[in-house]
This record gives sequence, C-alpha cells and structure tokens, in this order.
Amino acid sequence: METSRRDFLKIGGLCALGLSSLEVGDAIAKSRAAKYLTNPDACTAKRWAMVIDVKKCWQAEKEECKDCILACDWAHNVPDIPVKRQEVKWLWNEKYENAFPDQDPALEPEEVKEKPFLVLCNHCTHAPCVRVCPTQATFKSADGITMMDMHRCIGCRYCMAACPYGARSFNWRDPRPYIKKINPAYPTRDRGVVEKCDFCVERLQNGKIPACVEACKQKALIFGDLDDPKSDVRKALDSRYSIRRKPELGTMPAVYYLI
Amino acid sequence: MKIYDGKYILIGLLVFGVLATFPIWLDHGKVIAPADPSLNTPVIDAMMQKHCILPKAQMITEHMKLLNVWRTEVVRDGKRLYVAPDGRKYEMSLETECFRCHSNKAQFCDRCHNFAGLDKATDPYCFSCHVVPSEKKPGAGAVAVVPKEGK
Amino acid sequence: MLERALSGSATYKKLVGVLMILMGLGFAAYLTQWEHGLMITGMGRDVSWGLYISQFTFLVGVAASAVMVVLPYYIHDVKVFGRITVLGEFLAIASVIMCMLFIMADLGKPMRVLNVMLYPTPNSILFWDMTVLTGYLLLNVFIGWNVLEAERKGTHYPKWVKPLIYISIPWAVSIHTVTAFLICGLPGREFWLTAIMAARFLASAFCSGPALLILLSLIVKKYTKFDPGKEAINKLLTVVTYAMLISVFFVILEIFTAFYSNIPSHMETLKYMFVGVDGKTALVPFMWMFVILAVAGVALLLHPNIRKNEKILIAACCCVFFSMYLDKGVGLIIGGFIPNMFGQIHQYAPTIPELMITIGIWSTGFFILTILYKIAVSVKEEVQG
Repeated sequence: METSRRDFLKIGGLCALGLSSLEVGDAIAKSRAAKYLTNPDACTAKRWAMVIDVKKCWQAEKEECKDCILACDWAHNVPDIPVKRQEVKWLWNEKYENAFPDQDPALEPEEVKEKPFLVLCNHCTHAPCVRVCPTQATFKSADGITMMDMHRCIGCRYCMAACPYGARSFNWRDPRPYIKKINPAYPTRDRGVVEKCDFCVERLQNGKIPACVEACKQKALIFGDLDDPKSDVRKALDSRYSIRRKPELGTMPAVYYLI
Repeated sequence: MKIYDGKYILIGLLVFGVLATFPIWLDHGKVIAPADPSLNTPVIDAMMQKHCILPKAQMITEHMKLLNVWRTEVVRDGKRLYVAPDGRKYEMSLETECFRCHSNKAQFCDRCHNFAGLDKATDPYCFSCHVVPSEKKPGAGAVAVVPKEGK
Repeated sequence: MLERALSGSATYKKLVGVLMILMGLGFAAYLTQWEHGLMITGMGRDVSWGLYISQFTFLVGVAASAVMVVLPYYIHDVKVFGRITVLGEFLAIASVIMCMLFIMADLGKPMRVLNVMLYPTPNSILFWDMTVLTGYLLLNVFIGWNVLEAERKGTHYPKWVKPLIYISIPWAVSIHTVTAFLICGLPGREFWLTAIMAARFLASAFCSGPALLILLSLIVKKYTKFDPGKEAINKLLTVVTYAMLISVFFVILEIFTAFYSNIPSHMETLKYMFVGVDGKTALVPFMWMFVILAVAGVALLLHPNIRKNEKILIAACCCVFFSMYLDKGVGLIIGGFIPNMFGQIHQYAPTIPELMITIGIWSTGFFILTILYKIAVSVKEEVQG
C-alpha cells in the first residue's frame, strides 16, 4: 500500500496525540493507610455568620479604633499597596452611602452618614463569585464559608466582576514587598490570584474565633452559628433590628449590621 | 531510494537531534557536587529516634505528592490532621509542621532542589507564598511561636 | 496548501513584515507583563476587566458573524456566497484565535489555564465559553480547510464535512450567546443585567462582522486577481443594513428602559458613558463618536447609491465596523464596571504596555488572516486560471 507523506504525518500526529493522553500512573501517598481528620478542637457550625453592632463599633471609633482591621491584616499578611486601584483589602471601612448605595441615602442621622461601616466578604449563601468561578477555586464550605483556593485560581477575575459587594481583591503585583511585617504562620499570596476574607477558616479549624472578632475590645463583632437559635448571633438578631448589604440581589449575605 | 528535499530533511533531522539531546551534552563531563542536604537542625538533633512523616525513601521521592494531598485536604476539605500509617499525628501545614523540624530551607530544601535543577526562583514556587523560617524577622518572633505538640 | 503563504508579491511581504514587527512589539510588552504581572495595566479593583476582555467580547462577535455567509450558502444554497464563504470562515479562525490570546493576556496565572479543563465547572459560563470557542475554532479549521482543498482539486468536499457545517451554524450563535451570558447574569451589575444582551450581541456581530468581510473582500479584489463578486457583496450589504438597524434599535431600547423606569442603578452607567458623572468623562468622547458613526453608518447604508458607488460602500462599512467597535469593544465592558459596587466612579484608562499588547494581538490576528487569505486567494486564482 502506498502511504503518502501527508498520510504518514497525519497518522504520526494522531499517534503522538494518543500517546500524550495516556494517563500517567500516579501512586499518591493517599492510597496508603494514612488518615485525614478534622482537628477535634475545631469550632463547628452549620452556617457561620457575623453580626456587626454598629453602635458599639462607633463608640470605639471615637479614638479611631482600627483594632479589627489591624488584627486581620496581620493574621493574613494583607499587603499595604500604595497604588489605590491595586489595593488588597479583606476588612475595611466604608461610608454608609457606599456600603449601602441603594438605600438612597438622604436624611439619615448625621452620625449614620459620617461614621464608618465595616465591610468584608458577606459569605453569601448563593454566592455569585462561586457560581461564576471556572475552576472551583472559590467554593462554599459545608459550614457556609466562601473559600478561596489560591493554588487553583487562574486569575481570570470573573469573581470580581460577579461580586456585588466589591469584596474581592486581585494581586496585581507581588504583595510581599508591601507587607511591613510578615506573619510567618500564614502564607502570603502569589501575584495573579484573587483573595478575600475567609472568616479566618484556618483559625476556626484550629479552635479559634476569627482574628477581628478576637481583637475587638468593644465586642462589636459577634460571630456564631446562624442555624443555632441559641447562638450569640441569633440572640443579637433577635434583640435588635438589623440590615444586610444589597439583600434584594438574593445572595443571602451572612454579615448583618445591627442599627 | 531517492529522498525528495533530502538536503533539508537531513539538516533538519540533525538540528532536531542536537536540540533533543541538548541536556545530555550540555552537562557532559561536568563535575556536579552531590546535593548533600543537611538534616541537622536543633529539633532534629534533639530527637531520640529520628523519623519523618513517612519513611525516608518515600519522603525523598513522594514529598511533593504528599504536600499536594495535604494541600487539598486542608484547603478544600477542612481536614487539618494527618494520621501517618505508623499512627503518629501531624498538623498538615508547611509552616507549623514541616518547618518545625526542617527549619533550614537553604541547607535542606534548596540543596536538593538545586541539584535537581529546580533552582529557578519560581520552581518549586511553594515559597513565593509560604514563609520560610529564615525570613522570620526578629521582632515577629513573639507571634510566630506556634506551640505544636502531637495531638 | 500552506506553501502558498511563503511566496507572494512585494506588497504581501511588506504587509506580513509590518504585522510581524507589531507582533514582536506586542510580545515584548507581554514579556513585561509576564515579569511584573497585571500591575502594568490600567485595571484595578474597581474596573477589573479592561481592554483585553472588551476586545475579546467584540471579536467573538466577528468570529460568530461567519455564519452570515455560511448559513445562506449551505442551507439556502445562495450560490453567490460560494466564493467568499471561505473568507468568512478564515476570518472566524483569526478572530477566535485573537479571542483566546486576549483571554490568555488577561489571566493572572496563564500557566494554570488548563485548570478550566482539569476541574470542569458547568455552572461557570466561562467554562462554557472556553468549550464553545475551542469547538468553533476546530469546526472552522476543518470546514474551511477541507472545502478549500476540495476546490483546489476540483472535487466536492468529503461527506463528513457536511454535518460539521450544519453544526457550525448554531454553534456560531452559541459562541456569542454564551459570551453575552458571561456578563448579563451577574447580580449587582445592572448595566449588563438585560435580557436582550445576547440578542444585542448577535445583532452587533452580524453588522460589524460582515462589514469587515466586505472591506476585506474589496481589499482582496483590489490586490489580487480574485474577485469575490459584486453580488455577494450586495447580499452581505443587506445583512449589514438590517443588523445595523436592529443594533441601533436595541441600544435605544436599553436607553428607554433605563431612563423611563428612572431606576438609578440602571441609569448611572449610561449617564457616565454619555455625559459623565462628577466631571469624570473618560468614556464620553468614545460614546459620542459611537453615536456619530452609527448615525452616519445608518444614513450611508440607506443611501440609494450605495450599491453603485464603492466609496459610499466603504465609508458605510467603516462607520458600521468602528461604531460597533466603540460600543462593544470599548464602552460595554468598561462601562459595566463604572460606577463600582460602592456607587463610586473610578475611571479606567489603558496603559502603554496594555495598548501594545492589544495591538500585538490584533496584529497576530491580522497576520493569521493574511496568511489564510493568501492561501485561499492563491487557490482561487489557480482554479480560476
């Protein structure tokens, strides 16, 4: 049979493709008798949530308190990027009109208009960021936290377009040089991935409450299980009127503001 | 047998052959010092019976796979505790577990990685995020101390 | 057939040379980005997608528009399109490759792009976009190449190509629909949150793509012995006219809904784009340029002499192409990010390296297009004798 050069190349190409797609045997240590367990001391909940007692927060704010933000930045090596548009933020202050832009702020008390509101990832039940992520690099944990897998993120920033709360930050540059003091117990991030607040999942899993909650001397930040009627967050929500950011979008945020 | 465009084909094959064998003849005849990683750190020296998480041979060939599995378990499944086949328990963390003993990245990790030709700054890129012990600044020490005993 | 790309006239070689220089400059700029990351761009936490993704969005439309020659030719047997169908398919190939390059340029971690396939995520529209774009590229490569090769040999293309052709028709619609779904299903981005987004995308694609194809056909006609045919161009012109009118109509629909409802979140971006907010007016000149070109385009398309006078034809096609480019390739994506999620106006302007990379990718597309057209035209000249 005559084989033309063209056919030869075609068959050769197909063979090369076939060979390259052969699955490479992978004897991972996982198959051995090793076991993977959760830490028995871990804090557990069905649905983690945070309640911010705005009034208490403002009492401390008289002295320009930034304890929670500083604790968060230190705990997670959040860099201090000088270029405003490339900032990385996990927990920060916004004005009422910016935190709640569709409340159409007009005649609220001066205090509300001027004082800061803490904003962070809302850990939405129906998180748009999770819905759009093409690699499941951002995903929901069983206890309701919107998680980030920095190893998997491809940096497409679709989640940033999808997040209605502007809670996500991209590492436009290498963040290391902009971290004043590196916390060696927590990794920094690589250039080109997205990050955000994760409710201190690494602390929860080791039996500690989030760094910001721990740092607040005013006890303005309340953290707990939204599905547990006896939890602190539920008690707080039972006792006072609360609002959430952009509830009309159906994302079901897990961060509440006590007014 | 006549080869059409034989001149070009043979030259092409020759170029391909040279390029394909590039790694072999580039390092041919060079004396490369053995990797000789150092296991001597205060913590390891103090161990009565020296052991790592898995047997040494396995750690040498499979540590990267182990780390990858650890990563998945911790980041995606929230599992933080590893029970080795021999029953010992470890926290799955580079910072608080691996570096607890191997606090000498330059003499331990780097020597082997460099020997294997992985000395580019980004390869392996674990350490562009995970903070290596030598980078602990003096002032940061107080917070950095993580009490860690097998649970 | 590839060898036909290696020889050509001095003009052809000059064109290829210029494109290669621009590609080289773009690549050099990309090396800077590779070294420093996306910090070298003008994007930020508020406008987190910029020129790259907006070019991508526009070019998906150009790619999809090949269906406007494929569909009439293969389904309705409109014979006059026989000569330019392959030009449409090759335009689609070049456009899809540009789309992919723009996505790659936009990624923070391009080396991890295969994660999209490694962890397939059907709930992510981006996953589907990657799937349909890759599929569309392969379809057009197989169809275009086989049909052209058959033409060269004077035979009919192989039987197995026919089903691919049929598949490619809805597939072309799907790539642009999916691209619209990328942005029109995001809560909190009211400017994009419109049910006619996909329809609007298709309409603007079906005028800008064929307008470009007409211009390319005229260039081919001028510089080679191959004439795509007056009739084919006239037919395409009809497509452009209707699609352009529908596009403009859709834009008016958007403006009406936003302003008659008087819902602030729906009006704000439009206000920013057309008049500026708080003295921030970066997009205003572009959007009014769009309006002027669109109006001029419509006027020229409806001019009674357009089918006789090539100058009017060229002007009309240029107006259509550039107006749609400004609408979709500049305003639509960037505008969607302004105001930001906090109701603030943070503007965006691309940086020099970002522009260089963008030009580099466009040049790459035109380079591929030039090569493919050279091959196609050589074959056609050969067949024509």
